[in-house]
Amino acid sequence: MQLTTEMEPLVRFSGVQKTYDGEHLVVKDLNLNIQKGEFVTLLGPSGSGKTTCLMMLAGFETPTSGDIFLGQERLNTLPPHKRNIGMVFQNYALFPHMSVEENLLYPLKTRKISKAIAKEKVDKILSKIKLKEFAHRRPSQLSGGQQQRVALARALVFEPQLVLMDEPLGALDKQLREHMQLEIKHLHEQLGLTVVFVTHDQSEALTMSDRVAVFNDGVIQQIDTPHNLYEYPANSFVAQFIGENNTLPGKIQSKEQNTCQVSFGDGFTTRALAGKNLNSGDKTQLSIRPERVRLNSGHLNLENQFNATLHEFIYLGDHLRLRCELAGNDQFYVKVPVNELCPNLKAGDRIQLGWSDQDVRALDYL
Amino acid sequence: MTSALAMSQPAISEKVPGLKAQLRRAERLRKLKAIALVAPLAIFLVIAFVIPISNMLWRSVDNSEVMQVMPETARLLTEWDGKDLPSEAVFSVFAQELRDSRTGGGLGRIGRRLNYEDPTFRTLLTQTLRTLPATTEKTWSETLQSIHPRWSETDTWLALQRAAPATTDRYLLAALDLQRGSDGSIERIDENQRVYQQVFVRTLVIAGGVTLICLLMGFPLAYLLATLPTSQSNLLMIFVLLPFWTSLLVRTAAWIVLLQSGGLVNTTLMTLGLIESPLQLVFNRIGVFFAMVHILLPFMILPLYSVMKGISPVYQRAATSLGAHPFAAFWQIYVPQTLSGVAAGTILVFIMAIGYYITPALVGGPSDQMVSYFVAYYTNTTNNWGMAAALGTFLLIATLLLYLVYHKLVNQKQLIRN
Amino acid sequence: MNMKNTLLNTRKTALVTGLAIATASLALSAQAMTVISFGGSSGDAMQKAYYAPFVEKTGKTLTPGDYNGEFARIRAMVETGNVSWDVVEVESPELVRGCFEGLFQPIDWAKLGIEDQLIPEAVTECGVGSFVWSTVLAYDADRLEGTPLSWADFWDLETFPGKRGLRRGAKYTLEFALMADGVSSSDVYDVLATEEGVARAFAKLDEIKEHIQWWEAGAQPPQWLVAGDVVMSSSYNGRIAAAQEEGRNLAITWNESLYDLDYWTIIEGSTQVEDAYEFIRFASQADTQAVYSSNIPYGPVNPAAIGALSEAQAKRMPTHADNLIGAIAVNTDFWVDFGEELEQRFNSWATR
Repeated sequence: MQLTTEMEPLVRFSGVQKTYDGEHLVVKDLNLNIQKGEFVTLLGPSGSGKTTCLMMLAGFETPTSGDIFLGQERLNTLPPHKRNIGMVFQNYALFPHMSVEENLLYPLKTRKISKAIAKEKVDKILSKIKLKEFAHRRPSQLSGGQQQRVALARALVFEPQLVLMDEPLGALDKQLREHMQLEIKHLHEQLGLTVVFVTHDQSEALTMSDRVAVFNDGVIQQIDTPHNLYEYPANSFVAQFIGENNTLPGKIQSKEQNTCQVSFGDGFTTRALAGKNLNSGDKTQLSIRPERVRLNSGHLNLENQFNATLHEFIYLGDHLRLRCELAGNDQFYVKVPVNELCPNLKAGDRIQLGWSDQDVRALDYL
Repeated sequence: MTSALAMSQPAISEKVPGLKAQLRRAERLRKLKAIALVAPLAIFLVIAFVIPISNMLWRSVDNSEVMQVMPETARLLTEWDGKDLPSEAVFSVFAQELRDSRTGGGLGRIGRRLNYEDPTFRTLLTQTLRTLPATTEKTWSETLQSIHPRWSETDTWLALQRAAPATTDRYLLAALDLQRGSDGSIERIDENQRVYQQVFVRTLVIAGGVTLICLLMGFPLAYLLATLPTSQSNLLMIFVLLPFWTSLLVRTAAWIVLLQSGGLVNTTLMTLGLIESPLQLVFNRIGVFFAMVHILLPFMILPLYSVMKGISPVYQRAATSLGAHPFAAFWQIYVPQTLSGVAAGTILVFIMAIGYYITPALVGGPSDQMVSYFVAYYTNTTNNWGMAAALGTFLLIATLLLYLVYHKLVNQKQLIRN
Repeated sequence: MNMKNTLLNTRKTALVTGLAIATASLALSAQAMTVISFGGSSGDAMQKAYYAPFVEKTGKTLTPGDYNGEFARIRAMVETGNVSWDVVEVESPELVRGCFEGLFQPIDWAKLGIEDQLIPEAVTECGVGSFVWSTVLAYDADRLEGTPLSWADFWDLETFPGKRGLRRGAKYTLEFALMADGVSSSDVYDVLATEEGVARAFAKLDEIKEHIQWWEAGAQPPQWLVAGDVVMSSSYNGRIAAAQEEGRNLAITWNESLYDLDYWTIIEGSTQVEDAYEFIRFASQADTQAVYSSNIPYGPVNPAAIGALSEAQAKRMPTHADNLIGAIAVNTDFWVDFGEELEQRFNSWATR
């Protein structure tokens, strides 16, 4: 699970465990290295342990066992105000009794940086986030997006070696959120920041990150680049959590090196890429992305072809989703570009679906 | 967009000419409903506050006693130059009206009023009435002067003249240890009699001190309440509210029992060998502070608690993540956000403390009595409502002024959270 | 008396006030006389000594009631002409004010015919004394070494070191100070009426100012004496007697005590004047007064009543011949006229 490079990682979690009640582990044996300049996202459903990891890194929680290192320094007993880590909080936590400028000056004041220099830094970052004319406003007089930018600026203005973000975009509407995702991404690139980002929104994670660590049940299920996560999910949880996914329960008939033969439904079989630790005879879950399923694929020379029933069209502007019934599963979706659809097709038609060996994965049975 | 809007509006009003009237009608109904909702409160406020307070303000300058009981005398005396004795007309009208004043309680009113001018006036009126004939063959001035020699002194008539106008500033002046001199100019009263200026200062000092102590004690307690888990904070909250279940008198008496020379505190300290002779802890300023802080502390804690409960702990986390020591984070980030609670608590406690009467009366010494003590004395013991109203008026003015200053300060610093 | 009785009163006030209102309206139709007192334990004693025997003996009806000394209520009654009370017990300042304002009927002493049986202070223009209470020098005989005989001894810090209790206010305090300064009790009010006399009283108070613990409520002096907070205190005699009954060895120095009276008055406009006179006459007799005083340690205004009391009871009475030696009556007229001025001066002095 560790990315092997010759470089010394900036952040290192080593065998970290955390329990609040002494009975249940919220974080189980966490090992994670983060390189300098990386944008790493901790992704997972609520209660998966991602936020606890972030809090341990920030210093607001202490590991029950294991060590956390920042560079050469062991962080476990270092109080948060000495860690020099910038943090953006879920609801920004901008100090309501201070102006934007005072908020930004605050971390510089605590570091006893001279007023002139501090002012200069604040001005610089204010123009970077394009809020120069709002310097003397109160946070409550700003819009959500503006507050978000100020919170970001405040976490960056003292040039910390690491920036943590705890679901910082959760309170914004969709359009603004997407805009801010890009803005943060650009800041990361321009300033060469090291960022640990926590979210439960998988598309956000995919958009922004160099690497994403998918958490579930206190354990990192998979840590990889967005592309690999999407294309090569390590298990069914990751496959379902990242992107859209069709799931078909089945059984492994035989297994070669990378591929296997899987039977599913009532007498269907397909070849699929074999997931880890699966052997012949095991129950499995087949995982196929809707966009990799081809419609009326007779001419395409695909290895796996099946008959299905078309139930419903779902129009999404740039593409259509077809809800089909395949092997007893009536929630089987196919994604088709609008211009590739045969206009005669209607609900209730028998259709043919097909996919390549390389696009279907036999993963652990959940 | 804007131009489109501007264009469309006249178009609509052309189509529906009654639109504005309709809107007004709809609004009127809504307003009426709102008024109906607040009406009981408004009526209550008028009856319970506006009328009594206006009445108090009026009484502090009210001088109508002589004018109502002896209208003609009052009228004639205001025209009198005050140099020689008044004319026979005054004497005759006065004798007539004095006799009539016996019915309907008028005599009591002017007697009380004239006694403020000269403490022997009541006796003079009694003695005069006792021998005042219904008719006289001599002039009335001769008759009155023969009944009592004081009717031949201009000072006697000057006192009557001073009591004749409809309003007076004597109570307001007296409440500030001032009076009108014989030439009508304002002067300070005799040093032996001066007390109220000091009483006002004392009232503010005691109320301010109590407020400060309440704040210093209440703040940590409210913080504890706001940060503890609910089950524990609920239990603590019961302890905070417990004093409300006991009467004020009982609590005050309990402090006397605890703090007196042979009380629990002194005996404990003496048994422990910490002190040789009992400390004077009650019937002085210390006792007043003890009892008043105890009674008023919940009024500080509750507003603080409600504000603190609403402050997310994330702000302090944010501050520490930005490099602030936890103490600095508390002081620079947490405390400023509690200021609206501090403001509410201090103004509440201060305003309640400023009107305290029974507690200082029971646990304080003579130099710990506050304005209300004197208001009660004049109201209950001597029936001098003018003085009581004047003291009350200045207390009200002082409170309002302080509130304004306070409001301004708080607003200027923009301490109240939006 | 308001102050010394308030704590006794409150218990029953609500109940009896309600009763009084109910019975008062009844009384009008039945033409029964209504007698109003301060209630409390004094009212209980009156019931035993006066009300019940009066009804029994005369066969007339009498409606008892009580109030808290609300002078305004009497004034309203007279001014509106709706007089439902006939005989009312009042304290001396209210007697003076009410008499001046014409709220009480002047007493026809010839008609009453008991003037020579009563102590002189009981005989006034508008009121007949009902009982006597006293402000005395009290101390705890178990604690104090020696016996203070006068206010001069009260002021003697060397012989009797320790704190002293005095009522917080000018009334009583100034009289005692003058007596301590050597003014004979009979001259006290003459001296106090002069500016020099007032100055003299305050100067005398200055001598022990640091050693005075000021009391506000009548219950405080016996409590302080028992607790040892003060070595001596001025106190209402009734409060000391109550503590004595509880077994406290509190002692009273009657010399130079100040006594005051409560009075029966007949409200102006009362229709039951004949019955009122009969009641007051009845309540002023030696035997009825003796019953009253044996129930509560307030002195009879009829000195002959003393003889009917037990030795121990008699000695607690402010009007016992021995106790009247050196004692003077409070000059209520003086305090009604000069009270405000002197209280203000007292408060001014107290802060200096």
